[in-house]
Amino acid sequence: MINKVVNNAQDALLGVENGMTFMLGGFGLCGIPENCISELVRLGVSNLTCISNNAGVDDFGLGLLLKKHQIKKMISSYVGENEEFERQMLSGEMDVELIPQGTLAERCRATGAGIPAFFTPAGYGTEVAEGKETREFNGKMYVLEHAFNPEFAFVKAWKGDTAGNLIFKGTARNFNPMMAMAGKITVAEVEELVEAGELDPNQIHTPGIFVQRIFQGKDYEKRIEQRTVTPKS
Amino acid sequence: MALSKQEIAQRIAQELQDKWYVNLGIGIPTLVANYIPKNIDVVFQSENGMLGMGPFPIEGEEDADLINAGKQTVTILKGGSLFDSAMSFAMIRGQHVQLTVLGAMEVSQNGDIANWKIPGKMVKGMGGAMDLVASAENIIVAMMHTDKSGASKLLKRCSLPLTGVNCVKKVVTNLAYLEIKNNAFYLIERAPGVSVEEIIAATEGTLIVEGEIPEMKF
Repeated sequence: MINKVVNNAQDALLGVENGMTFMLGGFGLCGIPENCISELVRLGVSNLTCISNNAGVDDFGLGLLLKKHQIKKMISSYVGENEEFERQMLSGEMDVELIPQGTLAERCRATGAGIPAFFTPAGYGTEVAEGKETREFNGKMYVLEHAFNPEFAFVKAWKGDTAGNLIFKGTARNFNPMMAMAGKITVAEVEELVEAGELDPNQIHTPGIFVQRIFQGKDYEKRIEQRTVTPKS
Repeated sequence: MALSKQEIAQRIAQELQDKWYVNLGIGIPTLVANYIPKNIDVVFQSENGMLGMGPFPIEGEEDADLINAGKQTVTILKGGSLFDSAMSFAMIRGQHVQLTVLGAMEVSQNGDIANWKIPGKMVKGMGGAMDLVASAENIIVAMMHTDKSGASKLLKRCSLPLTGVNCVKKVVTNLAYLEIKNNAFYLIERAPGVSVEEIIAATEGTLIVEGEIPEMKF
């Protein structure tokens, strides 16, 4: 089996440069590649284009990159949890492309699946469709949306093996599988790295073919954005 | 008396049908889950990748890896399932979800909805709303009839950037239950104690009032 293991985040991010386009998995702070983000902050690379559903919060997730002005352009579906983001966007310091969440997911999937573009009904008749080709199918209007072209994809999984196979947990799966398919170089950080053969092949969510580098992550915070509970009765 | 947010949710819950898969948006729509009629089975879809979303976890059992689309900690019910975002939106665009309930800043009489952006002021993004409204066959909007300044949110035309066009079929507000057809709002029910005149005064768009308008029943 091809061994995809690298020692740490530092080795996993070898080749990362200013001006590159990255995909980063996660929904809110759930399932984000914490170790890779920390390493991007440490490297100080800038002028980045980041494709990620959200932009983190002010002091965690992609918010850490925002604070250091490393991001030139953000491609997301929802950015409501981050004041610094809103400030940089409204002041024009940062470019932002907001796209429907399903379109974002499908554009990621298309990128890795060899589909250059596809038609979706989302956004028809809105400013999201401005300047884009539209077409009618069976009496309904659709908008043409294109695949991305990221240099790196950074994903986070629950378990992974040395062959790069990944298993996600709960709703931390979200965008990670499609982004894993899409990176020219896909880096997977995992909570638990095991030997090839230890994961049940029936249970693999992302086959190792999509993963170029995998490493054992550390010091996961796994912050909760909205802690909602049912009181003990 | 105008309805509380809980009562708006309670009225919408009466629209749920047995064996429906339902997506609830953030805010008032989330409350609908508290009022499911006892004799029916519905399954809630959370677009970040879960079917069978359950109530908030018991204190101490929160799991950072199990959240809803509002980033709140939740639980998953027996028979639930987990999946990625592409599959989640395949369910939505593919019309496997029978009902979408979402909030709005404005709705127009031709069924347009605006709920994601106030130019120059507030830009949070559309999240999954554009996919949901472009695809769902049943869309119920849950919102206040007027904004904080008293201006109507039921309009001839939306003034804010649109989320979707010609898609909203029903609106439940604190004052009324309305249907949208023939380029007009049709008044179907009024909140208990709210007069037809009050609803007319609070509605900027064309409002059709046919015959006696019954009060909502709870």
